Amino acid sequence: MRHILSRHRNILDFALSSLLRRKARNAALFLVYTLVIAVVASLIFFVHALKREAALVLDAAPDMVVQRMLAGRHDLIPLQYAEKIRNIRGVSAVVPRRWGYYYDPVFKANYTLLVADDQPVTPGTIVIGSGVARNQRIKQGDLMTLRSYQGVPLFLTVETILSPESELVSSDLVVMAAEDFQSMFQLPRGVATDLAVSVANPRELVTVANKIAAAFPDTRPILKSELLRTYDSLFDWRGGMIVVMLSVAVLAFIIFAWDKASGLSAEERKEIGILKSIGWETADVLLLKFWEGSAISLSAFLCGVILAYLHVFFASAALFAHALKGWAVLYPQFRLIPAINLYQLAVLFTLTVLPYTAATIVPAWLAASVDPDAAMRS
Amino acid sequence: MIELTNVTKRFNIGKNNQFTAVDQISLKIAPARVTVLKGPSGSGKTTLLALIGCMSRPTSGRIILKGVATAFFGLADPAAGFEVSSLPERFTTEIRRTTFGFIFQQFHLIKGISALENIMLPAYPCGEPQAIIRTRAQELLKQFDLTRQAHAMVEWLSGGEQQRVAIARALINNPLAIIADEPTAHLDSRLSQEFMERVADLKERGKTVLIASHDPLVFEAPCIDTVVEMRDGRVIGQSESP
Repeated sequence: MRHILSRHRNILDFALSSLLRRKARNAALFLVYTLVIAVVASLIFFVHALKREAALVLDAAPDMVVQRMLAGRHDLIPLQYAEKIRNIRGVSAVVPRRWGYYYDPVFKANYTLLVADDQPVTPGTIVIGSGVARNQRIKQGDLMTLRSYQGVPLFLTVETILSPESELVSSDLVVMAAEDFQSMFQLPRGVATDLAVSVANPRELVTVANKIAAAFPDTRPILKSELLRTYDSLFDWRGGMIVVMLSVAVLAFIIFAWDKASGLSAEERKEIGILKSIGWETADVLLLKFWEGSAISLSAFLCGVILAYLHVFFASAALFAHALKGWAVLYPQFRLIPAINLYQLAVLFTLTVLPYTAATIVPAWLAASVDPDAAMRS
Repeated sequence: MIELTNVTKRFNIGKNNQFTAVDQISLKIAPARVTVLKGPSGSGKTTLLALIGCMSRPTSGRIILKGVATAFFGLADPAAGFEVSSLPERFTTEIRRTTFGFIFQQFHLIKGISALENIMLPAYPCGEPQAIIRTRAQELLKQFDLTRQAHAMVEWLSGGEQQRVAIARALINNPLAIIADEPTAHLDSRLSQEFMERVADLKERGKTVLIASHDPLVFEAPCIDTVVEMRDGRVIGQSESP
């Protein structure tokens, strides 16, 4: 065992000294390799952390939302629907929700206006998301003016600004009292925007949804799992778009790395011949090349992953936040909670480190399988 | 120590350019003596050295090594000898590593690493701890008056110093035999004589030395015991020194 370890250590030492001998070439390779890993790993970390964030936020969302449809579009739902849905077996609660969108032409931003029945707000006051506060440059206690649908200005005092931790979904939120909401939009009496339905047994969710759809053909029940799936698809799609954009860079790296790793210079071939002639086996030469390839690719992988971690979780993914996070003037500003998908990292490892190491070994094997007397004759 | 029986080596067998480099050679190389293979270019000297040094296999014939203890024939009687011509690579490599030290025509040192590292290289795959190899290499450096050059890159060394590094590298695994192929081809007369003095010293220490050369400074040197004359892949004469 000690003999085997010593052999590995000796050959590894020589591999590292060989890498140092070709400093410029290996440094260039290491830099490009690290950069590519950092970008791809950033993307993996970022998309995964966003999905996790969305899942955490949606955890508090209702099991099911029932919307009324009119000519294929979302319409206000009569409150009588809520009464009837409450009577369906398995339904534990039905809460009518009132919310809507408001476009502020001065600040050129869209806000989501919401009535929170569970945590009522005093009439004349509002609770706003951090994005709204930033956009309007207002703080707690300041006055915010909204223009109602009748054209009358509505003056509301900022009671609280929501914590930045929930900014991913609360950035554009304005929570107000039911009276203010009514003054704002003048909704007809006896309607809500949609219904939040809770079901005691999660296994009955689909059955309840089917019953609602059958009893009210003009409604559309949306399950929480469907919302989660939509978020997942959304972030996957956005991630995919970035990958497509990056694919040219990744392809260029693959060609570069393949060329650098697989092309043995005349000097390297000569060295392999010398090593064979002084008593190295083909397996020893392959071990040397394996260690050389592994040293570069493992260290580049590690550095790339660390850079990606810092980029995503400390610098808020500054490089591609705009492409992945926002869809409005109110880009949410938040620090993601570190979340790493080990499976995806393992896939990245398999797709980068293994092919690179193989690319270094194969040409060395071809060069090392010649008779050692070739060195004697060269 | 080494016994060759009807050894033949052909290259490019079955092709238009097939040729026989070594043709039916039978030879005995005595231990602790210096043998020179003498002959013009293309006479088969280097091919014969490569066959004896387990670097390549003969097309036909047998090469028997006697007095060599190896790990895989550990229980066998070393004096009885064993045939190396048909062994797989793993075994021939081990024999090459432990039995022979090689000195090449152009020294074949690895550039970009120090003299010390070059000397240590043949021992790396043997699995000995590096500290032990380093100590042995430092002793050799001292022995060959190279201590000051230990950490110098080999390409910075003079021809004579490179030659001494090559000899030290050949000795790192403490081999029974030294094989040198045209060792004086790139040396001036002074360095060639110096090299032959080192050969005499190796002989004194009980090493078997086998040299391929057509340099009179080599085959006329006083330390030479046997001169085997070759031409066209055959042995055409053999002389023993008195």
